[in-house]
Amino acid sequence: MTTVASARRYDAIVIGGGHNGLVNGAYLAKAGLRVLIIERRHLVGGAAITEELLPGFHFTTFSYALSLLRPDIVHELELPKHGFMPIEMPTTFAPMENGDHLLLGTDRNLNIHEIARHSPHDADAYDQYHHDMSRVCQALKPLLDRVPPNLFGTEPDDLAEMAELARHLRGIDRKVMHDAVRLLTGSAADFLDDYFESDILKGLLSSSSIIGTKVGPRSAGSGLVLLYHNIGEYDGSFGTWAFHKGGNGGFTQVLARAATAFGAEIVLDAPVANVITRNGRATGVALADGTELEANVVVSSLDPRRTFTQLVDPRELPSDLVENITRYRFQGTSAKVNFALSGLPRYPALGERTDQYRGFTNIGPSMDYLERAYDEAKYGWFSSRPYIDACIQSTVDPDMAPPGQHVMSCFVQYAPYHLKGNDWETQRQPFGDNVQATIDSFFPGFHDLVLHREVVTPLDIERVVGLSEGNIFAGEFFAPQMYFFRPAPGWNQYRTPIAGYYQCGSGTHPGGCVTGGPGQLASRQILKDLSAPSRPGSAG
Amino acid sequence: MVRTTPFHDRLSALNETGLWVHWSGHLSALKYQPSEKFEYFAIRNTAAIFDTSPLYKYRIRGRDAEWFLAGVLARDIRACRPGRAQYTIWCDERGFVVEDGVVLRFSEDEFLLSAAEPNLAYFRRLAGAAAVEIDDVSSEMASLAFQGPKSREILATLVPEVAELGFFHHTPAKIGGSPVTISRTGYTGDLGYELWMDAGDALAVWDALWEAGRGRGVVPFGNAALLMARIEAGLLLINVDFHSSRFAFNDHERSTPVELGLGWMFRDVDKSDRRFIGRDAIRRELAAGAPRWKMMGLLVDWQDYAHRYEEGGLIPPKDSTPTAWEMMLYGEGGERVGYATSFMYSPMLQRHIALARLQPDVAAPGSRVNLEVTINHRYELVGADVARLPLFSPARKTA
Repeated sequence: MTTVASARRYDAIVIGGGHNGLVNGAYLAKAGLRVLIIERRHLVGGAAITEELLPGFHFTTFSYALSLLRPDIVHELELPKHGFMPIEMPTTFAPMENGDHLLLGTDRNLNIHEIARHSPHDADAYDQYHHDMSRVCQALKPLLDRVPPNLFGTEPDDLAEMAELARHLRGIDRKVMHDAVRLLTGSAADFLDDYFESDILKGLLSSSSIIGTKVGPRSAGSGLVLLYHNIGEYDGSFGTWAFHKGGNGGFTQVLARAATAFGAEIVLDAPVANVITRNGRATGVALADGTELEANVVVSSLDPRRTFTQLVDPRELPSDLVENITRYRFQGTSAKVNFALSGLPRYPALGERTDQYRGFTNIGPSMDYLERAYDEAKYGWFSSRPYIDACIQSTVDPDMAPPGQHVMSCFVQYAPYHLKGNDWETQRQPFGDNVQATIDSFFPGFHDLVLHREVVTPLDIERVVGLSEGNIFAGEFFAPQMYFFRPAPGWNQYRTPIAGYYQCGSGTHPGGCVTGGPGQLASRQILKDLSAPSRPGSAG
Repeated sequence: MVRTTPFHDRLSALNETGLWVHWSGHLSALKYQPSEKFEYFAIRNTAAIFDTSPLYKYRIRGRDAEWFLAGVLARDIRACRPGRAQYTIWCDERGFVVEDGVVLRFSEDEFLLSAAEPNLAYFRRLAGAAAVEIDDVSSEMASLAFQGPKSREILATLVPEVAELGFFHHTPAKIGGSPVTISRTGYTGDLGYELWMDAGDALAVWDALWEAGRGRGVVPFGNAALLMARIEAGLLLINVDFHSSRFAFNDHERSTPVELGLGWMFRDVDKSDRRFIGRDAIRRELAAGAPRWKMMGLLVDWQDYAHRYEEGGLIPPKDSTPTAWEMMLYGEGGERVGYATSFMYSPMLQRHIALARLQPDVAAPGSRVNLEVTINHRYELVGADVARLPLFSPARKTA
């Protein structure tokens, strides 16, 4: 990796060295193209980075765990050769406000007894829920791994792809399809209430229904978020997560090594000013320092707002697309608070035990708790009792912190991008204090362990990573912004109205999280277009 | 009555699962906490401890000890100088493998041989009038494997000279005030060490090692994680990947060193006048170059595997627990070409892998074979590529 491109002309230039940019560049290079990946910052990874903010303490500043990464990418890009190492996170710990807890692990029978402690009814309901959810995931997973059809297309390919989709959907079992529709359109609460009675289990499971999205578990639309997170898999098991060696920054370093091994070139510290177009066709990019680089194919891994209204002149685009992108919903609502700790917190009910921290610690003890946290966000403020997805990653990968000490990543909701009558610079520390106080309320004495605290607001996510309004998914998970419509009706196949200009970021199908899917599927589309000169990279 | 090892007091306190297997008549943890994969990742990412005390251990001493072992063991022990260790096998006179083990050489006339099965009578019978004493010290000695990328760094805080200890070298040292021998050996295919000590010193050594690993993510690991690591590492297991020729009913149950991929032990056999059991048969087999089988690795075609299960309406299982049975291999024409002896999903390689015996004509790396799996109660074939062993071999193992 350098800061100066070695040539003036490439077959393809990928704007943005986040995980999707790297995946896209790696696939294009693997196919034999001369590829340049351009990153604005001094390191690749985008939102998937690991930074040593304090000597020996490695923080996953933004993205912090791995699950939705498409398994094909691991093989096709030969990631194990380059250090891919998804370490199992064997526990999930959910503390409760009354001092009790729910601790789940990898042993199904132990889980049954642990759940039965809270509700005997929920014990086998949990198995049923997992089974039903797995069947929905199984049915929908193939849709994640394919370029979605263009619902509005009239080319023979479009019709064939729609027919193929119809065939797939018709093959889905009646109950599974109904569950899928309930999840895709309804609330997580409605779905979970059918199975469970205990607050703690519903709190834990519905936490996945709000991540990164401005919904509460009782909002329509939360079911979709719940489903999306469950389609993630780890070693063949849906809904489970791993921690990559060295954090998600460790993962994007693996991707960078793979991309480079396939021949892609990566330049750092090279902000792009704009995409150069000529006669409706992309011909290259102009860097902020005035350098112009030429390419037949330019791929933006940035979010749709930047891709369509900042990198190119929106006047070159159809007005309905611009209109759709303008109203495309970002409204980031998540923040991170990361800690360096001198030791592991203790949970009073568990005494000196600390093995409960080998996975996620979910502070979201009931749907009421989550819904109340959301209420405040509706009115423009951060939650006074926030939802916190905490992860002491050094318990799984000791290299993340000095011996005996720890790093703790806390994903926090809700933290609306727009604070009513105030701003994030003013509220940064009060927000951080509030998160720390919330953790302290579950883990007395937690504050004594804190060596360092890093507060990452939605504004920081926007400024540092470039994700508009700090939305971690490059646009909300919201039915009108998914599949046929991600990021806009008719533009869901990674192409743009400008020939040779493509999109490959999380604002495209399948969407956010560290899936790599957008980067991979966009490369398929680009390579398909390049091999069919009659349709050179433009559609609509 | 099942026995416990000298470390049992510590290990039983750490075993949250209550799951033990019987290994050579001793309790040996299957896993210490519910996830064997967590223990496995400690081997691959940090360092982890395994109690190997149930191994059979023989002290072989005396003026003729080298001469005796040079004739009994198939690999030339004379190349193993004091301070070195050697992985070795012993064969019968027809060149079939009896067993394998690791020898530590302490001096010109003192050796320690460890093996999975009892061999005392076998060795003593072969000693004849030689000036050699063979003692079973299995109960007198305890042993631990300390394996993983951080093992050197952590062990060096107790024994600084470990930092310089070469692959298959060993050194005397003191841990927790007790004398130990530390060898750079193991059964995980990773950077790692084995510690050998008097049984009476076991707990003192354990406590010192455990303390050194505190805060470093060191965990004990059980048989489940060990078996995962050893398959990735291409290390053979008796009664799984091969059987002792001593107890075979026919030659189908027997294996030659060449068939097990151990032909490299005999590179210089023609230049040497060393007489050892099986020499002539092994030389004949090497000269003929036509073994019945070749032991190779398999990398299962991930796409093919996923498709077969998905077509069957199932979620493709990715189970890291090795299968305990043989799985048949077929060629493109449907003919039988071999069988897999150890099959599992490898978390490091993110693939199903296997150790397999293949007919030589399909054993070249990159050859394609079909592995028989059972899907919806029917035999189905999934493609697999032949690969060299070991399938996982990090540079740190020998560096």
